[in-house]
Amino acid sequence: MSKSHAALAAEFTADENRTDWHDETLWWVRQKRDKAVQQIPEWEILRQWASAIKEHTLSKLDEYLAIFEREAISNGIKVHWANDATAHNEIILKIIKEHSISKIVKSKSMLTEECHLNEYLHQSGIEVIDTDLGERIVQFRGEPPSHIVLPAIHLKKEDVSETFHEHLGTEKGNNDPQYLTESARTHLREKFIQSELAITGVNFAIAETGGFVVCTNEGNADMGAHAAKIHIACMGIEKIIPKAEHLGVFTRMLARSATGQAITTYTSHFHRPRPGQEMHIVIVNNGRSRQLGREDFRNSLKCIRCAACFNTCPVYRRSGGHSYHTAVAGPIGSILNPNLDMKANADLPFASTLCGSCTNVCPVKINIHEQLWKWRQVIAEEGLVAPSKKMSMQVLGYILSKPSLYRLIGKTGRWVLRHMPLLVKFKSLNPWYKQREMPEAPSESFRDWYKKNRRS
Amino acid sequence: MSARNTIIETVAKNKPALIPLPEMDFSQFETPVDLFEAFSKQLLVVGGRLIEMNDESGLSQLIQQEKSAGVNIINRVTNMGEPDVVPENAAALHAVDKAYISGAFGVAENGAIWVWESAMGQRILPFICQQLVLVLRRKQLVANMHLAYNRINVQEEGFGVFIAGPSKTADIEQSLVIGAHGPKALSVIILH
Repeated sequence: MSKSHAALAAEFTADENRTDWHDETLWWVRQKRDKAVQQIPEWEILRQWASAIKEHTLSKLDEYLAIFEREAISNGIKVHWANDATAHNEIILKIIKEHSISKIVKSKSMLTEECHLNEYLHQSGIEVIDTDLGERIVQFRGEPPSHIVLPAIHLKKEDVSETFHEHLGTEKGNNDPQYLTESARTHLREKFIQSELAITGVNFAIAETGGFVVCTNEGNADMGAHAAKIHIACMGIEKIIPKAEHLGVFTRMLARSATGQAITTYTSHFHRPRPGQEMHIVIVNNGRSRQLGREDFRNSLKCIRCAACFNTCPVYRRSGGHSYHTAVAGPIGSILNPNLDMKANADLPFASTLCGSCTNVCPVKINIHEQLWKWRQVIAEEGLVAPSKKMSMQVLGYILSKPSLYRLIGKTGRWVLRHMPLLVKFKSLNPWYKQREMPEAPSESFRDWYKKNRRS
Repeated sequence: MSARNTIIETVAKNKPALIPLPEMDFSQFETPVDLFEAFSKQLLVVGGRLIEMNDESGLSQLIQQEKSAGVNIINRVTNMGEPDVVPENAAALHAVDKAYISGAFGVAENGAIWVWESAMGQRILPFICQQLVLVLRRKQLVANMHLAYNRINVQEEGFGVFIAGPSKTADIEQSLVIGAHGPKALSVIILH
């Protein structure tokens, strides 16, 4: 494993002001979500329906995938299947090579991040321009997105200004978001007009109609898809919904949960290529069918990638998206990523307080915090917990099973706190002390107090 | 075995027992009494501007004035004679200042307007123009997204879109900026 969540989070929190700012900004997004949701009296009914539609779909997913494929083909769309990330990347490279294409734009697709498509194409000498503003910013900086909806939320406008000065020649020190956005607009409009091929993600794929829906605020998916002569849309198998009428439920929930908007600016429905255009869909598994077979975790496949769980999570807000070292960070990422690579992501289910706020805001009712807890058990059984954690748990388990030993340790601990407090203030031995003061040691244990007082 | 069959077979093997679709009765949801008032309010929230007119003749005059003032306009509004032909080339459309397009209907709960490909002429037009004007009749409003999808058959045309306001972004420090890639302004003309 490379650096763990805790190690990466420590790097992020080293800048206390920035950590506070990150925390407050995401909490503000969470509050906007609350306001939007409170205006919909039927919100809980919608959550129930959204969850049930997704559960139903998963229980017939093989049939719906086949129906979707059939309908999409009859709409004139070319359908490809990829069982893993490599196959997904190879399919896209093949299309690019067949048409000898060099100018490519891409709108936001977490699936292509998961598959590391840009890096893969880069190795074949092909450059992809990310067109979502936040994604373009992090692409210039050579960083991955830190949030699935707000890719550059870890950056301040001063950082963006520096980056744009370096790559787009904007005025040094001009930090005005309006000015910076306008500069990116000019730069990217040129890219759109020149592009030969556009890659987009998919928010919803409708089985009965063989079409798909893409939601953006910026209009970048549409600018790309409608300008280029080839459009490739990439989707995980879990993006399927049975019918168009189900969009009524999901389009009411997605943007409200994500940013507190009633709907995204553009909700685009693609069913057939425009005359003279080629339209491709790549349907990707990459471990999703395995997750479907895990009874405790299959529910995670209901996710619609709104990121409400990120914005509410006290750990995400204070540790930043990069500390999760995966394409999808946050609470939902911590239950999806152990399925992709349990060993590399064994730390993630522990990056949570299990407070349950993620579960409460989830529009499709995924029991996220319960799954985090269940993953911890699976990871422990597989012997993948850090040795220090494993040992301390074993020691704790032994102490808690021996009442007299427990009492002796308690007494010793209180004595040490009173007389040799420096002993517990070695941060390497006692990480709890890092951001906290140790408590005053009570003069006696509750048990001793109770024994003295119960008869009086 | 093909990737397709591998995926479909693994899914079939690993899927849970059948869970039924929910019964969805959205007629139980409260809807605004005055759809126009609710729509107008939401349109402002999403950054749109409302213009009320009696009929197409006023609109026709407005477009004539703008054209003679040198504004680069594409007019696709129906019931106003032959709509302008839209060039296919994106580079040619880049210079369009203003596109007038007929919306199919508006949604009161979020200020979104459904626009069919046939109304655009070219799919890219409502995205690439600097300013977008959507034209609606006052009676073409529904309360919410359930009723919106009831009203359309989404695969009737190759492309269709709900548009709610001008293009926007908040990717720099969550500061809202209007005019990301698409139009910097959206006006909605309501014909009474």
